[in-house]
Amino acid sequence: MRIGIVCPYSWDVPGGVQFHIRDLAEHLIRLGHEVSVLAPADEETPLPPYVVSAGRAVPVPYNGSVARLNFGFLSAARVRRWLHDGTFDVVHIHEPASPSLGLLTCWAASGPIVATFHTSNPRSRAMIAAYPILQPALEKISARIAVSEYARRTLVEHLGGDAVLIPNGVDVDFFARAEPKKEWQGETLGFIGRIDEPRKGLPVLMRALPRILTERPGARLLVAGRGDEEEAVASLPPEMRSRVEFLGMVSDEDKARLLRSVDVYVAPNTGGESFGIILVEAMSAGAPVLAANLDAFAQVLDQGGAGELFANEDADALAGAAIRLLGDETRRAELSARGSSHVRRFDWSTVGADILAVYETVTDGAAAVDTDERVGGLRARLGL
Amino acid sequence: MTETLIWTVVALILIGVYLSWTAGRLDRLHSRIDAARAALDAQLLRRASVTQELATSGVLDPAASIVLYEAAHAARQAEEDHREVAESELSQALRAVFGEPEQVELVREAPGGPEAAEELAAAVRRVPMARRFHNDAVRAARALRRHRKVRWFRLAGHAPFPLAFEMDDEPPVALADRPA
Repeated sequence: MRIGIVCPYSWDVPGGVQFHIRDLAEHLIRLGHEVSVLAPADEETPLPPYVVSAGRAVPVPYNGSVARLNFGFLSAARVRRWLHDGTFDVVHIHEPASPSLGLLTCWAASGPIVATFHTSNPRSRAMIAAYPILQPALEKISARIAVSEYARRTLVEHLGGDAVLIPNGVDVDFFARAEPKKEWQGETLGFIGRIDEPRKGLPVLMRALPRILTERPGARLLVAGRGDEEEAVASLPPEMRSRVEFLGMVSDEDKARLLRSVDVYVAPNTGGESFGIILVEAMSAGAPVLAANLDAFAQVLDQGGAGELFANEDADALAGAAIRLLGDETRRAELSARGSSHVRRFDWSTVGADILAVYETVTDGAAAVDTDERVGGLRARLGL
Repeated sequence: MTETLIWTVVALILIGVYLSWTAGRLDRLHSRIDAARAALDAQLLRRASVTQELATSGVLDPAASIVLYEAAHAARQAEEDHREVAESELSQALRAVFGEPEQVELVREAPGGPEAAEELAAAVRRVPMARRFHNDAVRAARALRRHRKVRWFRLAGHAPFPLAFEMDDEPPVALADRPA
């Protein structure tokens, strides 16, 4: 099958949606499909052979943080050329409602279109105002996928209609087979995420840390992610700062080894999450998970069955749960075992098969994707 | 005077272009419904065929075989206005027979069983998918058709008002081990 995938966010910037698209594309290529990914990227960024650049993305504040998006006349022209050259059987758009390549592709394409909705956000006034603009473009989507029940609810409330639920995929065995690292073992808590992004929740963990480190004198915290390290530990008493280790940005291999090594993985995120792929990765590596009780996290953790939940932003609850877990080896082993079996449903073999089933459902008997002549055709008819 | 005339003509042309564009939107939605309905029909038929094959294969006990055969046969032969009920009954029959993981294991052990179980699992998962896509297209078309501009200018032409396909498509737990 010839598959075109549209990534709305810059390929140079690491992010959940980008990783999902990369893994999906590579999974589909391994199965023998022809895949082309259209993504914003700087000229000098080295791109994998299956990625086509749609030009530089512009940083714009969107959805609570700064997103790098593509829009405008030039991007639209590139989208049309990519669609025309690709002759895809199906086009898979990610985040079609964000004002970037996804929406442009929706506007320009005709034929079988599949769209995945990643975001979940409360109903905003901008969304209501944009509804009449979005609707004609979104109407073209033949099949909608939501990555979580939460993302699906957002979609139903904001845009109407329905979606099938297919979670984000993870290469479970990659994490399960990683080699633990000696110096990361022994009463360690793990945190992975941007240090300077408050929604990732490191400040909550820092508030809880003094109590944890006092009650468990051997405990340490390992932090992987970019951001200002000095500022992050500023709230801690000076004698405790040495027990927080910063690893900076880590490679995928080191991330897997870190997750294999830690005693408890902590996800104190305060919001803005619609899925929580990191929890799935932690469970794949067999790490017991302690996470904030966000809707999306609760769902990934099987409502607390596959990992422990604490009240969101409650540093005391986090500290209590972490101390209890660090002192209870049986409970940790139990969480690890339950997580490992629960996580199988997020493996690419399962998720990829479901996504292919969606492709096959919409392409059954349909013509290939082409540029929508109604947009360009009208211009031609008027002689412009 | 001429100026007013020009503006009127411009306004009329713009309205005309807008209405033509809306008619195009509606036309595209109708063809999306047709495609989605064809896909749904294909999946329903596939599910009924796989069920019938399993029922006549002799892998299952006679009672289960008869229940499945009856339901699959009824679903395939149903008249259009009885179809939703017949397909729902097939879903219920499948749930009754494949409610236990052991029953699925039994099928897998038979020669050619793993393929049959896999086909049935794929079929029961794809029916809800296809139905959701179909009903989503129907909802979008209905929302647009209810709009004043479409009703007043009869942009929908003679196309029948689209109807959702309502049925019970809950797959048997043992065959669809996926997060809800």
